[in-house]
Amino acid sequence: MSPALPDTFAQKALTASLSLALRLILFDGCLSECRSAQTWGLITSTADKMVVWTDFERSTIQDIFSKMDYEVVGPAALTRCLIVYPWTQRYFGNFGNLYNAAAIMGNPMVAKHGTTILHGLDRGVKNMDDLKTTYAELSVLHSEKLHVDPDNFKLLSDCLTIVVAAQLGKAFTAEVQAAFQKFLAVVVSSLGRQYH
Amino acid sequence: MSLNAKDKDAVKAFWAKVSGKAGDIGSDALSRMLTVYPQTKTYFAHWKDMSAGSDPVVKHGKAVMGGVAEAINKIDDLNAGLLNLSELHAFTLRVDPANFKILSHNILVVMAILFPKDFTPEVHVAMDKFLGALSRALAEKYR
Repeated sequence: MSPALPDTFAQKALTASLSLALRLILFDGCLSECRSAQTWGLITSTADKMVVWTDFERSTIQDIFSKMDYEVVGPAALTRCLIVYPWTQRYFGNFGNLYNAAAIMGNPMVAKHGTTILHGLDRGVKNMDDLKTTYAELSVLHSEKLHVDPDNFKLLSDCLTIVVAAQLGKAFTAEVQAAFQKFLAVVVSSLGRQYH
Repeated sequence: MSLNAKDKDAVKAFWAKVSGKAGDIGSDALSRMLTVYPQTKTYFAHWKDMSAGSDPVVKHGKAVMGGVAEAINKIDDLNAGLLNLSELHAFTLRVDPANFKILSHNILVVMAILFPKDFTPEVHVAMDKFLGALSRALAEKYR
């Protein structure tokens, strides 16, 4: 693609600057679609295709999920989401009584679904190096069949972060929070990928 | 999504429980923000030290929570009550208002960590609404 130049140094410099220019154009395009701070962090750190995980991030995610009681955290996160962002209830019309916080917190269908969601996240924990493929099918399901606005994934992530923070207390340091939120951001992004 | 009477009561009741730790909440929320959302560091390039527990972070955390306390006192008319702070942020500091949401999120995370039993879903929704209203009032003078 680069024009023939007698001097190989100049050739390399030209290729490098063309490649940089192309990346900046793509970057700018990505930025304008960037709605959340987490995806900002993701896009700036992944100029190519793969998400890069540090050893700290990997071990933090494995650690948090291995110690988690899915049947407590899942229901807690989903009920919190339905209470804090009541418009998310639109997807649970057949779940029965969601009329107030107490009803939501006591609803067995909500609890069951919360656990299901956590098991879905578990898949990602076990496949951190290929979240895109891992969630492709679920992405199609949420788009084509369930018709869930992908913004809701972020709302649930925020609630899950808060539930895990409350569970871990001081152990949920800023660095642990960053790793956890990065993982959720990549999952959220993967779940939104098949929407069209 | 304005604050109703129930929200205001919930916010005031929760604040009564947590205000003693306001400084700690502020500085922890600020350090988390700087770590988890590194683009926010651009506003603090003039600080020698941005690490958790450092002087500028502690001092600024207290200042931010002072603003939150003031907002709670003026909860019935946030636009009027936060006029000066809005002008400060709009004309002098020029912080992109998207960052208010980021800091608010981190304040909620710290509240959940420090007060796990009290930060129930009902308190969470009231505080989230309140911080949203506060952020809107703070952005009032921007344009």
